[in-house]
Amino acid sequence: MDQGFFLLFATVSVVTALTVVLARNPVHSALALMACFLNISAIFVLLEAPLLAVIQIFVYVGAIMVLFLFVIMMIDVHEAVLQRFLPGGNLPAMVLLVVLGIEMLVLVLWSDRFAVTEPVAMGGGDQIKQLSTTLFADYLLPFEAASVILLAALVGAIVLARKEQG
Amino acid sequence: MMVPLSWYILLGVVLFVIGAAGVLLRRNILVVLMSLELLLNSVNINFIAFGRYYGDFRRQIFAIFVIAITAAEVAVALGILVALVRNKSTLKVDEVTMMKG
Repeated sequence: MDQGFFLLFATVSVVTALTVVLARNPVHSALALMACFLNISAIFVLLEAPLLAVIQIFVYVGAIMVLFLFVIMMIDVHEAVLQRFLPGGNLPAMVLLVVLGIEMLVLVLWSDRFAVTEPVAMGGGDQIKQLSTTLFADYLLPFEAASVILLAALVGAIVLARKEQG
Repeated sequence: MMVPLSWYILLGVVLFVIGAAGVLLRRNILVVLMSLELLLNSVNINFIAFGRYYGDFRRQIFAIFVIAITAAEVAVALGILVALVRNKSTLKVDEVTMMKG
């Protein structure tokens, strides 16, 4: 049952990820990326991380993808639409990718550390409560740092995208 | 039937390679940025899968931070992209050589 759902979501997310890379039109890429994120959030639900699944949908599908589509609307993509994706156009990069993929696959398949099939039972109780307590108590400083980074990014984005005066 | 941990890791590997292919092979800045999102998401899958199978929910906190930093990165990158297109009117990575001496 779980395996069937995992295979379904994994297949769809891999296919949509390939569409992101191969599509010629950036709008198609953005929509495929949205579908991919939805499937990944379903995989988060399978991993019993419902909070992360909801954050994934809110932040990625709700905010980041809308930002992408908005920028695609703002700028003229016609010139970019025409350029093709050339496999083999960049040989060193292709070789690097193949080596990277084979290396990671071999390492994962050889190692016996990933053969765990039974997840460790979560220590009972309310998981979200534990998570939020840890986030706001033990990880308070990184949390504040992340909020400052977000504020800086907000100000920076506004300054960068603003029209120059004069 | 539980899903073995290695399946999640393999999904992360496949998504990472696809994202790296997008970053390295595509010349359109928008698609390169979207492929970066794909890379970060595959890392998040790994974080959460390991956290689930080894019973440690602190990895979910790391995933939350990764998502927050990604949001900041995309906002700045798209701001730069808008400024770039306004000044140079190109979307190809190869043509952005203003910083070259």
